[in-house]
Amino acid sequence: MVIVTHSPSLSDRERRQRAWDVAAGVVDPEIPVLTIADLGVLREVAIRDGGVEVAITPTYSGCPAMNMIALEIELALEREGFGKPKVRTVLSPAWTTDWMSEEGRRKLREYGIAPPEAASSRRALFGVEQVTCPQCGSGDTEVLSEFGSTSCKALWRCKSCREPFDYFKCH
Amino acid sequence: MAVASITVSETPLVLYALRRADDALILGHRLSEWCGHAPMLEEDMALANMALDLLGQARELYSYAAKVEAKDNDEDRFAYLRDVRQYRNLLLVEQPNGDFARTIVRQFFYAAFADPYWRAMMSSTDATMAAIAAKSEKESAYHLRHSSEWLIRLGDGTDESQRRAQGAVDDLWSFTGEMFWVDGAERALIEAGVAVDPSSLRPRWLRTISDVMAQATLAMPKSEWMQHGGRSGRHSEHLGHLLSELQSLQRTFPGVTW
Repeated sequence: MVIVTHSPSLSDRERRQRAWDVAAGVVDPEIPVLTIADLGVLREVAIRDGGVEVAITPTYSGCPAMNMIALEIELALEREGFGKPKVRTVLSPAWTTDWMSEEGRRKLREYGIAPPEAASSRRALFGVEQVTCPQCGSGDTEVLSEFGSTSCKALWRCKSCREPFDYFKCH
Repeated sequence: MAVASITVSETPLVLYALRRADDALILGHRLSEWCGHAPMLEEDMALANMALDLLGQARELYSYAAKVEAKDNDEDRFAYLRDVRQYRNLLLVEQPNGDFARTIVRQFFYAAFADPYWRAMMSSTDATMAAIAAKSEKESAYHLRHSSEWLIRLGDGTDESQRRAQGAVDDLWSFTGEMFWVDGAERALIEAGVAVDPSSLRPRWLRTISDVMAQATLAMPKSEWMQHGGRSGRHSEHLGHLLSELQSLQRTFPGVTW
């Protein structure tokens, strides 16, 4: 492995931007088309005392991908010569699907996962969500289970093309 | 057991965080016992997902308790190295899974309480508790919807599912009063705006319960006698068995990691 050492002439501001770009390229291990920047999981990158500090926020409290994401950030930054960064988890403000970028929503759809709809229906005890099938675009869909293959997804089925699909649920 | 239990300095805030953490850990552990045994694949995933949410909440709360206590304890030591009498969870959450109806009723009683509880806690004057609540509240909303839908399906289902659901409601009812119980230590935190006063949530809880039970064609229990003890470490015989499984590895091989 080649270790790249940054020239000390780079300003902290430039280093911070480069570190952000490196961290932002880390993908969610469970939805590899999305980067942590697309998801809104990457909250802050700072240069403190010459070292890099990264703040990430969990999607769900028990999301097992968080350890993996933290490790991937460390590896990516070390690989790019930033030394061992400090990755910390912040809880507040709580992550919401509203932070997902438009780019992220498009990538999800193309990957076959329906992106989150407006979060307003979450509070209703028996929510009436309208989810569009990412396969055929039909709105004639039904929920199979509120809990899918990962904490952040529900399992739906399209009544038009008959295909089941994952729905990234509102949070 | 090869490792001695830890001692905990239970200041009011440490105790408060541990009580909530223990609820989440023990209920999460119970739900995880269904993994591979649920009546259908979707439910297997749903119960495991909820267990994961609860485990995540427990970890945040234990870590905060450790930070406040500022001794050598951490989330793992709280979970793995306390005895039954040191656990502070509700008696409700330690009750065995029984059949699927019993698991759903237990979940429903707890989620109908936890959902408004976390929402109220979001206004806590304690920033960490408020942040943990803001995450947990989103998850509990899904847990409540899940168990409500199942309770209606079971209660308003076949004769057998109705009989089993009603039996579980009647059996578990006496454990619901403890959710609204408060002692002196907690009272002081409530007055300081750190803790939520659970008694203020009781009317709302009762309304959720009676609305869903009516849709499920289930009868509200008449009994008003309530069982207490879990919050002060006096548990049913079931918790010891649960902990012996949960803790066996760490007690046998101290500090072992993957």
